[in-house]
This record gives sequence, structure tokens and C-alpha cells, in this order.
Amino acid sequence: MSEAPQKSGWFIEWVKSALLEVQEYFRLCAAAIRGAFSRPFYAHDLMEQIDVIGLGSLTVVLLTGFFTGAVLALQSGMTLDQFGARPFVGRLISASMIKELGPVLTALMLAGRVGSGIAAELGSMVVTEQIAALRALGTDPMRKLVVPRVLAGFIMCPILTVVANTVGMLGGWIIAVTQLRVSSGVYWTSVVEGLFIEDVWMGLIKPFFLGFVIVTIGCHVGLRTSGGTQGVGRATTNAVVAASVVVLVVDFFVTRLLISILF
Amino acid sequence: MRAKNIADFGLPIELVEPHAPVVLFDKVWLQFDEKVILRDVTFSVRAGHTKIFLGASGAGKSTILKLMLGLLKPDAGTVWVLGHRVDTMNETQLMGVRHHMGMVFQEGALFDSFSVGENVGYKLYEETDMPNDEVRRRVEEVLGFVGLGEHIDKPPSALSGGQRRRVAIARAMAARPKLLLYDEPTTGLDPMTSLTIDAEIIKLRDLEQVTSVLVTHQLRDAFYVATQEARRNGAGEVELIPAAREKVEQADFVMIKEGRVHFEGTAEELRHSKDPYLQTFLS
Repeated sequence: MSEAPQKSGWFIEWVKSALLEVQEYFRLCAAAIRGAFSRPFYAHDLMEQIDVIGLGSLTVVLLTGFFTGAVLALQSGMTLDQFGARPFVGRLISASMIKELGPVLTALMLAGRVGSGIAAELGSMVVTEQIAALRALGTDPMRKLVVPRVLAGFIMCPILTVVANTVGMLGGWIIAVTQLRVSSGVYWTSVVEGLFIEDVWMGLIKPFFLGFVIVTIGCHVGLRTSGGTQGVGRATTNAVVAASVVVLVVDFFVTRLLISILF
Repeated sequence: MRAKNIADFGLPIELVEPHAPVVLFDKVWLQFDEKVILRDVTFSVRAGHTKIFLGASGAGKSTILKLMLGLLKPDAGTVWVLGHRVDTMNETQLMGVRHHMGMVFQEGALFDSFSVGENVGYKLYEETDMPNDEVRRRVEEVLGFVGLGEHIDKPPSALSGGQRRRVAIARAMAARPKLLLYDEPTTGLDPMTSLTIDAEIIKLRDLEQVTSVLVTHQLRDAFYVATQEARRNGAGEVELIPAAREKVEQADFVMIKEGRVHFEGTAEELRHSKDPYLQTFLS
């Protein structure tokens, strides 16, 4: 008899804390957007974050894009052979990479690399009172730390996605030419034929949303860190898990929205 | 240089009269969930005076400093700092008040990614229009004041615990604040290093005329700060001497017990108190 109220009490507490997290997350997003359009604006921090988030993630994005394109060519080549459609391998790779795999895989790489880094950095600053020190020194941590990171993620995620798409198609081309014996001309013609302008728009618009959610989740989790160094570790894990799941969820809803708008 | 003024943040300029309260807490209550942190706390800090908060760990001493800075808001009561009611201000307005305050955090809270010089000059580099070479000169001046001039380009991690606290003091004083808050600045330091930190607090108070609020549970440091005075001798060197009676009376002690003000008075009154809790604390 007494267990039921205890369980429902625990559930209500869990729901309340989940709602509080969501509310605080949206407050952070709103503050970040407001901060991007008002002064003071820390331009040199933005440039630094573009370097850290953009250039710093280039290697992992290049490798991910290249090998995704290459393995896609290998796998789809075998399947397409069953229908005598091997020359269409370029069409399949370009459509898959640009519409879906490029944006999502780039975002997942960024969630692992950038989301965790931001959560760990901000979390450490919270537990060592550096965030409180910033506020005491008259600096708004939202403007100094969050806005530059969010803008850098928002700008660099689409650029990194274009890089991933490009090297993905190059990886597919190498496999198509060397393993599948498809000529370069046929491959690239197929790549271009497989693409519609709506696909390109979709591939370019989605990364803006994904970059925004990865960085805002990293900042939110980092700034709400508590519990010392153990808390920093927990925050880092939570940021990666939450950002990765939300990337897939946001990808679905944005894709659904764009399909209804573009097609 | 154009340092930011309170008016830049949309606040009225209300000049604090000499010896008028720089800080005023009026019936302040604060609680986190079910736990009451502060109960009906009332006190004031006059310009140029020193307020020393004593109490056991968890008594609510550091919380008082956070309320002064506006990092926390009270559940009831009012908090006035430098003529402004900070408990009702938004973050942007608070930035204006904080611009005239400095805080030394318990562990220093220096920014790891900056050098010692960048830490000290942070406020001037980021929040004022002061040219970089002027900031550099001011940073060298304040680092010289705390005796760490040669460490200007080192990372904070290359310094000892005591040196990091002194850098934190230099950072807090760089922008010439009217009010300096110290959160247990000597906790975890050896007695000799603690004395150097106490000396910096005294020098700042007496030579730079900064109103000081000190939170500590180190009695020796508290009495040392209250009973010593800094002055420049004929050669221009700074020396610490026993404070004149008038100066000693400008240092108020406040004992916080379970979130309440248990005692308020001078060093002399604290020493001669018959209160059993105070006697236990002093023994």
C-alpha cells in the first residue's frame, strides 16, 4: 500500500526536474539569441571559437566523411549489381550524403567532440567558481561564453557538413573507380543527376539547426554542473548523450518540415 | 580611459556619503528548498570600515557575500549596496554595481586559460575602453603592490596556493573598487602565507581606502586584520603597525550561527564576551 504513493512521488519529482531542465534550456537558447543581437559582443571570443569548433573538428569530419562515402560505394555497389545498376552508384552516394548522412554524421561527430568539450570546460569553470568570478568582475557569462560558442557552432556546422559531403563523394569516387570499375565520367555525371536543388537546400539548412542544438546543449549542461570533478565527468557524458539523441530527433522533425516546404 | 559608470547601465547615480552605509542588509531571509540558510539578518557596513564575518562552516557566511554581489537573491528582506537595492535588480543593472566591487574567491577562481597578467587586467581589458598599454601599466602596478610583479606572464598553475590568492586580490583591486569582498582568503594556507594575505587586505584598506568585507573562520587572521594598520614611512615603504584605537573600532565582527547574527561588535567586545558559544569559538 505504501509503495504506490512513494513511486508516484518519485515520478512527480522526476517529471518536475525534467520540466525544469527543459525550461532552463529554452531560457538559455533565448538568452543566447538575444545576446547575439545586442551589445556587448565579444568578437575575439567568436573568432577563437570558430577556430576551436571549426578548424579543430576538421580532421575528424574529413575522416568521417571520406570513409562514409567510401563504404557507401562499396555496399551500394554490391546491391546495385543485382539490378545491373552499378553506374548509378554516384547518384546514390550524392543523394545519401548530401540529404542525410553528411549533416547527421557531421553533427554526431561535433556532438562527441565539441559538445563534450564545451560541457567539460564550462562545468570546470562552474565548480572552480570561475563563472561566479566572471559575474563578479562585471561580465555576463552568457555573452562572454555562450554566445560566441553558439554562433561558432551555428556557422561552422554547415561549413563542416559541406566539407564532409565533398570528401564523402570523393571517397565514393575512389571506390567506384578502383573497386567497382565505374569510369570517372559516369560517376560524376551520376552524382550530378542524383541531386535536385531541393536536396541541396535540405542538406544546407539542417546543419544550422543541428549546430545550434549541439552547442546549446553543451553550454546548458556545462553551466548546470554541480558536484565537483565527479560532476564535470557526469556533465560531459550527459552532454554527449543528450546532444547525440537530440541531433537525431531534430534531424527527423526538420527533415519533415523541409519536405513539406520544399517538395 | 573611460571606465564604465553606473549610469552606463541605466542606473541612477546615488553617491554614497562619507561614512554612510556602503552595504545594508535589512531583515534578509534565504532558503534553499527546505533548508533555511539566513534568518532575519540585519547589518550595515560603513565606508572605509571593515566587516569581519565569523562562523562555523556552513553557517551562511559566504552566502552573505554572494547576496551582496547579486549572485543570489534573498527570499525576503532588502539588500542595499553602494546606494542601490541589488535584490530587485536584473543582471544587466547588477553589472553596473559590480563594476565598483571586487571579490576574492576562496580558491582564487583564476581563469586557467589566461596568464597572471591577463587575469589581473581582465576587467580593464574586457569591460573598459582603457588602452592596452595603460592596462598593462596598471597590472604591473597592482602586481607590484602584492609583490608578484615578476610573475606577470606565467600561467596561474605555475604559482603556489598563496601566490594565487594574492593574484586574486590583485585582480579584485585592479579596477579600483569601492568595496572589496574576501571569501575565506586564507583557508588552507600555512600561517606565514596567511600573514602575507592579511597584510594585503590591510594595505588595500588603509592605503587605497577600500571598504572591506571579510569572511573567515580563521580567528588569528580576523584579529590581525582588525588590529593592524598600514602606513607609509618616511622612505615611502609600507609598514604594518598596531592600529590606533579609532581604527580598531572601525572593524566590526559579526558572528553568524545557523544563519542568524549571533553577535555584532568590536574586537574588544568579542574578546570579552561571556557568551558560551563565542567562548567556545574563541578557545
